[in-house]
Amino acid sequence: MSEPAITSTVTAAPADVSTVVGTEEQAGAAQRDKPRGLLGDAWRDLRRNPLFWISATFITLFLVMAAFPGLFTSVDPTHGELERSRNGPSADAWFGYDVLGRDVYARVIYGARASIIVSVLATIGTILLGGGIGVLTGYLGGWVDALLSRIADIFFGLPFVLGAIVILFSFNPPGSSRSVFAIEMLVVLALVVLVWPVSMRIMRSSVLAAKNADYILAARAMGASTRRIIFRHLIPNTLAPLLVYATILIGSYIAAEATLSFLGVGLRSPVVSWGIMIAESNNYIRVSPQLLFFPAGFLVVAVLSFVLLGEAVREALDPKLR
Amino acid sequence: MGRYVLRRLLQLIPVFIGTTFLIYVLVWAVPGDPFAGKCGERRCPDAFVERMTQEYHLDQSIFVQYYHYMIKLFQGDFGQTFGGVEIRGIIAQTYPNTVKLALMAVIIEAVIGLTAGVLTGLRRTGFLDNLVLVSTLFLLALPTFVTGFVLQWVLGTQWKIINPTVEPDAPFHQLIVPGFVLGSLSMAYIARLARTSIAENRRGDYVRTAIAKGLPMRRVVGIHLLRNSLIPVVTFLGTDLGALMGGAIVTEGIFGIHGIGLQVYRGIVTKEGATVVGIIVILVLIYLLMNLLVDLLYAVLDPRIRYE
Repeated sequence: MSEPAITSTVTAAPADVSTVVGTEEQAGAAQRDKPRGLLGDAWRDLRRNPLFWISATFITLFLVMAAFPGLFTSVDPTHGELERSRNGPSADAWFGYDVLGRDVYARVIYGARASIIVSVLATIGTILLGGGIGVLTGYLGGWVDALLSRIADIFFGLPFVLGAIVILFSFNPPGSSRSVFAIEMLVVLALVVLVWPVSMRIMRSSVLAAKNADYILAARAMGASTRRIIFRHLIPNTLAPLLVYATILIGSYIAAEATLSFLGVGLRSPVVSWGIMIAESNNYIRVSPQLLFFPAGFLVVAVLSFVLLGEAVREALDPKLR
Repeated sequence: MGRYVLRRLLQLIPVFIGTTFLIYVLVWAVPGDPFAGKCGERRCPDAFVERMTQEYHLDQSIFVQYYHYMIKLFQGDFGQTFGGVEIRGIIAQTYPNTVKLALMAVIIEAVIGLTAGVLTGLRRTGFLDNLVLVSTLFLLALPTFVTGFVLQWVLGTQWKIINPTVEPDAPFHQLIVPGFVLGSLSMAYIARLARTSIAENRRGDYVRTAIAKGLPMRRVVGIHLLRNSLIPVVTFLGTDLGALMGGAIVTEGIFGIHGIGLQVYRGIVTKEGATVVGIIVILVLIYLLMNLLVDLLYAVLDPRIRYE
């Protein structure tokens, strides 16, 4: 079904989509006088936006931090010496030590991993599940739409934080000895289950708007199968709003993961995570506010970079805002 | 209009049943003996086990349990905790505090968010616009618990302007800062929503007509522009009240407010399923009814929308 990328010298991701613009016969011509798809256009706009480059730099930094924390610090984040408990920032430990005498800088660096893994996986899950169901309901309509929309309403009615607490507590009661990865997957699952209706609605409404467009009718008249119409015509043309939502979603998932860890239902010590660090700083905030400010600062910068990226992507994809 | 309301109310029923059943299953289907640790250090006496099993139909399938629970709920009986406390009493104690907190948050976010949004929407350049854009970005990036801790630390323990914690009966003036914390995220949304909406409608024909008629600017903005631009904001505010009540748990924890969030949390930790379900059922109901109310408000704000 999908031939190798024909057009686009840009990156791999937009390449798949921009192929839709030219059909196979036009491929040769497309290479010379490249008609850009929606994403190709957006990418050209993005490259000119300083906001994009700033946020992309920070995001890359956080991704490297999550993948190779050893590049930034050689200190073991779980090694504590009680005699240096709550020592302030110094040349040895830039951000000082926490209550158990662990290096706050090292912990903040290692804390990036949990946030990034959970938020990225949860975003992918939400987009795939919600977007997939959204395409189905929007395109098929009828009883499929009615049924799936009511199911979405049911999940949409669950209060987010309380729902996540109930889910995580049922499947991950305190004292259970699950691996870090298993808990991370549970957090991802809880986030996906509670948030997918939003992405479904976004996708459904854009599919509804596009489904009677001429190019879809033409494709159907030419005898294209439902699968081909959905994958080659509908999805590439309706993806933009969902993509914007996705970039902002990563940021809010980082915050959500921290909130759940903070509440004690997500990841737990000895795993290092920003939310856990902020929760642990709770009792010492009067005497050592730095224990709160450093992890909170990293958390905010991480969320902010994704929100900014979302803004930049939105501006590039949504011509109305220009 | 009447038929529309009726149809919407009928549509609410399956969603209400689905959501509450989901919660019921999640809470009661927790693996493990529901009586473990309920009677202190010893095993629960058989009479107690028998009584509670009968009260919640624990020996039957989850569907039967849910059915009996709902039947009793609609007669106003929320049941008892395992300790014998009436859950209706717990709800009556905690709900008003959370409602007060959420209302405070909605008022604060509406006032500040709308003011910022309208001012910047009318003049889309300059210092104020940039200030609002940057500060809303920061608010969007700040998780509630960070805002809460920082404000509590700065205003409460450093400057001593406010009490770091709220008294049990939660008087309104002590809820201002917690309300701000709870509503800060939505405040940013509202400011941006109002800004875009105002800026879009500012170019509308009817605004030009109003100005050409020589109406004073205050009337053009206050009556014509605002009313047309408010629809997305009202939608957001309406759905947000329910969301804020459900999301208040973090704020309640930080400022020590005795609300439903903490009660649900305690209920989950101590496996008091009936308390958790009871509180969330009301929450879901409020949420669904607010959504309906918002849809009906459309017709009031925008006479072009008619429900047949």
